[in-house]
Amino acid sequence: MCQVDEEYNGQLEHRVTPRVSKKCVKCKENTAVLIIRAGDAFCRGCFKEYFIHKFRAMLGKNRVIFPGEKVLLAVSGGPASSSMLSQVQEGLSRDAPKKLRFVPGIIYIDEGGASGQSMEERERAVAQLESVFRATNYHYHIVHLEQVLSLPSSVLDAGSSATEKPQTGSSYKAAVDQFIQTKKNQHPDLSVENAQSHLSSLSMHEVENGVTSPITPEHTQALQKLFASVRTLTAKEDLLHTLRQHLILHTARTQGYTKVMMGDSCSRLAIKLLSNISLGRGASLATDTGFSDPRYGDVVIVRPMRDYSSKEIAYYNRMFDIPSVFIPGLDTKAQDKASIQHLTESFVTKLQTDFPSTVSTIYRTSEKLHTACPPQNTNTQPFAKCLLCVCALDTKLEEFSAYQATLISEQLSQRRGPASSASQGQCCSSGGGQHQGCMTGEGGCCSSAKSTVDLKSLLCYSCRLTIKDMVNALPQYILSEAERRKRRSQMREEISEFLLDEEEDEAIPRVNGSL
Amino acid sequence: MAAPIAIHLEFGGGAELLFGSVKEHHVTLPNQSEPWDMKQLLVWIRGNMLKERPELFVQGDTVRPGILVLINDADWELMVGVLPECVLCVKD
Repeated sequence: MCQVDEEYNGQLEHRVTPRVSKKCVKCKENTAVLIIRAGDAFCRGCFKEYFIHKFRAMLGKNRVIFPGEKVLLAVSGGPASSSMLSQVQEGLSRDAPKKLRFVPGIIYIDEGGASGQSMEERERAVAQLESVFRATNYHYHIVHLEQVLSLPSSVLDAGSSATEKPQTGSSYKAAVDQFIQTKKNQHPDLSVENAQSHLSSLSMHEVENGVTSPITPEHTQALQKLFASVRTLTAKEDLLHTLRQHLILHTARTQGYTKVMMGDSCSRLAIKLLSNISLGRGASLATDTGFSDPRYGDVVIVRPMRDYSSKEIAYYNRMFDIPSVFIPGLDTKAQDKASIQHLTESFVTKLQTDFPSTVSTIYRTSEKLHTACPPQNTNTQPFAKCLLCVCALDTKLEEFSAYQATLISEQLSQRRGPASSASQGQCCSSGGGQHQGCMTGEGGCCSSAKSTVDLKSLLCYSCRLTIKDMVNALPQYILSEAERRKRRSQMREEISEFLLDEEEDEAIPRVNGSL
Repeated sequence: MAAPIAIHLEFGGGAELLFGSVKEHHVTLPNQSEPWDMKQLLVWIRGNMLKERPELFVQGDTVRPGILVLINDADWELMVGVLPECVLCVKD
């Protein structure tokens, strides 16, 4: 059964080519046009109903979107996110029963600089997408990936969450009330309905404001240099994903969006789940593939398309003329084994053809993963988040952990001395040289500013692997944030004896006697 | 026995990159003795239309996993089952 080329001749029953078309399994009247899941044939009308219903059910089941909230839709131009955009339009339209109530905005990130596209191709794609966005009448933002090089380092701060995560239905209502209350405090003269119309009228006026500052060829070159310095395609894709998340987060924060909707489909998430395990991100699987991703604190990422297989999305787009633009990415036309993500994708897709329940099984497994919410002591552990991916750090070196075993075998396999390792993880002095003194207000705790910053202790396991593949420096904002955290933790160490509050997981020796 | 058949092929979702970035093709399949079926059509496409990287489009007897095929806007799987055996219907 598990061989690649095994033939099942004669064993399976041949389905005779039906001259009579199959009937839809739902309405049993119309002819079926497509097969979903293992064998359900649907006709056009029933399929449309089913598709729309799934979207609303997904939003309704996980009630995290508050009425009147600003939600940013991350559209990449691909089929899943274009489908999501059309579903949002559908849900917000006047004639929908129980229509959705939130204020959408659109963001598109132009990654052509990283994937090596020419300026004309990028402009063409952007123009196509702009015409799609204009037709929706929502406020849209077109951001070029080059702008990630000029982000402020505050983007890496996990902001405090505005409200607590609603656990049951009743506290959802409480959360909504609280949300409306805070909005009232900001706009004391507007009620919720007025706020909504106010915001939507704003978006009508500012639609021209969608494109951010134009980029220069130098920016593009700097970005290309950054990506060229990464040796493996796996690390490139990982880095691209991280930078993209930072950009989306930054836009959401500056423009006042509290939720971001990503268009990851079921197939895409199944592939992501397996490839994340291979990349070393097992600890953050629940947040990476779950419905809501609260790691950034004030901005929550939701994935409403996670129940749709890519086949359903492709058929829906085709049948109901949803415009989508294909933009080649980093791994387009690459060899199967070019990167871990690509290999996993081809593995899952191949398996799916022979065993059509593959993707849904992986999906159902991922649904069972839950985030274990740590106690909300945001003041005690400010640096427990990875610098790049803002997930909880999983590299505490415990006895007999798998991580310790990895480190030991790595040390054993390096025949050379430790001098060579001072290398690749450390950034070149261009980043460090500009930060000579402490920031004011840090007190007199700056141990001599090191010219290289040791990033490893600030990163989770898989981000360390990504950095290991890079020879050049990371963008400036990451480096400056890394330095800041390093200084902070050094200061913390130096004054740890004098800290009065005792954390349970740090064995701080109390100072005996008089202080 | 079969007359030349004119068909309209559309490629999308990135597949067009293998066909010179052209999405729509109108082609005429040549005369041949047996009626055309999907398998032969794929072989013909591979031989006559594919500009590059055939392994990204065709795998063995059928399309590469992940590529969806619609025949007259209906699912290919509805007509066949697993093996590509259906007789090609013409859409003018």
